[in-house]
Amino acid sequence: MSLDTDVKDGVDQDTVDAVREVGGAYKYGWETEIEMDYAPIGVNEDIVRLISEKNAEPEWMTEWRLQAFERWKQMKEPEWAMVDYPKIDYQDIYYYASPKSMAEKPKSLDDVDPKLLETYKKLGIPLKEQMILAGVEGAENMDAEAPRKVAVDAVFDSVSVGTTFQEELKKAGVIFCSISEAIQDHPELVKKYLGTVVPQSDNFFATLNSAVFSDGSFVYVPPNTKCPMELSTYFRINAENTGQFERTLIIADKGSYVSYLEGCTAPMRDTNQLHAAVVELVLEDDAEIKYSTVQNWYPGDENGKGGIYNFVTKRADCRGARSKVMWTQVETGSAVTWKYPSCILRGDDSQGEFYSIAIANNMQQADTGTKMVHLGKRTKSRIVSKGISAGKAQNTYRGLVSMHPRAKDSRNYTQCDSLLIGDKCGAHTVPYIEVKNNSSRVEHEATTSKVDDDQLFYCRQRGMDEEEAVALVVNGFCKEVLQALPMEFAMEAQALVAISLEGSVG
Amino acid sequence: MLEIKNLQVGLEEEDKQILKGVDLNICAGEVHAIMGPNGSGKSTLSYVLSGKDGYEVTGGSAALNGEELLEMEPEERAAAGLFLAFQYPVEIPGVGNMTFLRTAVNAQRKARGEDELSAGEFLKVIRAKAKDLEIDADMLKRPVNVGFSGGEKKRNEILQMAMLEPKMCILDETDSGLDVDAMKLVSHGVNALRDAGRSFLVITHYQRLLDHIKPDVVHIMANGRIIKSGGPELALEVENNGYADLLAEVA
Repeated sequence: MSLDTDVKDGVDQDTVDAVREVGGAYKYGWETEIEMDYAPIGVNEDIVRLISEKNAEPEWMTEWRLQAFERWKQMKEPEWAMVDYPKIDYQDIYYYASPKSMAEKPKSLDDVDPKLLETYKKLGIPLKEQMILAGVEGAENMDAEAPRKVAVDAVFDSVSVGTTFQEELKKAGVIFCSISEAIQDHPELVKKYLGTVVPQSDNFFATLNSAVFSDGSFVYVPPNTKCPMELSTYFRINAENTGQFERTLIIADKGSYVSYLEGCTAPMRDTNQLHAAVVELVLEDDAEIKYSTVQNWYPGDENGKGGIYNFVTKRADCRGARSKVMWTQVETGSAVTWKYPSCILRGDDSQGEFYSIAIANNMQQADTGTKMVHLGKRTKSRIVSKGISAGKAQNTYRGLVSMHPRAKDSRNYTQCDSLLIGDKCGAHTVPYIEVKNNSSRVEHEATTSKVDDDQLFYCRQRGMDEEEAVALVVNGFCKEVLQALPMEFAMEAQALVAISLEGSVG
Repeated sequence: MLEIKNLQVGLEEEDKQILKGVDLNICAGEVHAIMGPNGSGKSTLSYVLSGKDGYEVTGGSAALNGEELLEMEPEERAAAGLFLAFQYPVEIPGVGNMTFLRTAVNAQRKARGEDELSAGEFLKVIRAKAKDLEIDADMLKRPVNVGFSGGEKKRNEILQMAMLEPKMCILDETDSGLDVDAMKLVSHGVNALRDAGRSFLVITHYQRLLDHIKPDVVHIMANGRIIKSGGPELALEVENNGYADLLAEVA
């Protein structure tokens, strides 16, 4: 038996422990009391200018935002997704909220408001440059290799409060900073790539984001460089009635590699909050990006009150030959999720992978999936989607696989599994398949199953309680996707899977 | 060890009585066998004792070492030392056999207020026990019962029993679907677990299993009742003459 198996065993046990400790509630629902600086409520040209000014942006950036805003005014909110929520009043949202202590940007992490550092510490994301994210110490496969480092960019409401390990990354030539810093310090890179993957007017939410995004992360990995550590961004929405519009841009130059993690949480509030992010990934020849998300925004209470509206546009442009992108997402939070991380497989022999776990419990609604657009020759894509519905939740997989005429000898494999817990929830699968050449192959498999009473009884007869049994069965169902996550996130994700299903049985 | 008094059980969903007053007393260290025609209530007895949903106890009692079983949750019964080797072991895709067992062992230890086994300790114990049952490393890694042959499933049940070290083991038709060699292996596994502090209730259709697992007492069950009890010779009698004579005797 390999050591590897042994570790996986350990991980599962930790899941169970984590569930016990947490005891049911949304763990991140507390609020940081801190003085905030708000822009006036609502959105108009002045607000767009104000956000640009707050970030001390050059004029070209301001113009770009205004252009987007002009377009947004002409656009309508999309209605095709299988989600239902009250109409959003876009003039009743704050578009910019920043802790007062951030008015002058801290020069280093030592200067950051201790309240903010405390907030991230409480979330298990210490902003000290220590070895590893919380929770993985003692993981048994670590002893073989040196402890892994993870650099963190922490975004609090509208601003980035700090980025760790910047110096060490700089030595390797990697740029990792907030996008507001990148606009000032690396304008040539931002100008060259921003909006080239998700165009300004791509869709309603992306266009709004282009106009009002306040911060986010920026990564540039130079040619033939393997980024020496995992990079991560941790998003926290804290202020009330405030939207978070972050923008992430990652560029992997020729022959480079980077693994990037993203986590999100928010306090429990009775009102809904909007989160409309845009993530753009650019891959040149032979580049590889792994992008992992654990999305745990506040989902609202069991009656559907409160929660985050998570309307996100994520896209990777594999413009280089033989480039490879892998999206992995664990979507457990949010009241409504509308999200389709996609791959444009432009370069010949490029590859796109999408691994997803989407859990919807209580009144949550998720409409999520991916788009694999095959443009280059011999491009390959793989989709593994695991949807879990419980309570009265609705969970939809929506995916497009498109083989263009030039994409000769391309292949796609899609596996789409749904698991139902209880009899008041729903699972839906909506695949769109377009094949415009005759040498490509597309495979689609879909299953729907229920958590079986016999499985639960079997587990309980062996001594597990009901929630432990459900967690075990569901984690088994998600295994392929959990395995695609980096170690740090795999554990958190397993625990989340269990926690977000609490109260779904019995 | 196990004391069942006048146990009466019906189905929850329909008005049907299955057990009509079962009395059974198994002392520590004893092996009892229950035989009987199809539909006599043997499997129901094993499910009711272990706490499966869908049954309604309408009368009587069942106690394990003086503790009233029927009030407990299935996992509490397990922690109290009750183990059921399933007639049809359940598949759990994606969950490694080892993970499953370690979760179960530690859940029981925790429930009893004992320290959990570390990964290392657990591995040491399971390797030794798996070897006796000719279960290889690959089978420990594979998802629980998924793609296992009939024989593998039953050996896996016995491995779970060996790891959990229960006090009262119920084997529900563990011999069904086994070839001669597999039956020997399983029986050997069971016999290795026999000791003065552990009791067995072996449910079977066939006498041949009892050649390998020698019972102290044999009960014949029919129509929801135990109609006759005796020594191992009773099983031979059934093997030779069938149940017809016995049923006639009672009627």
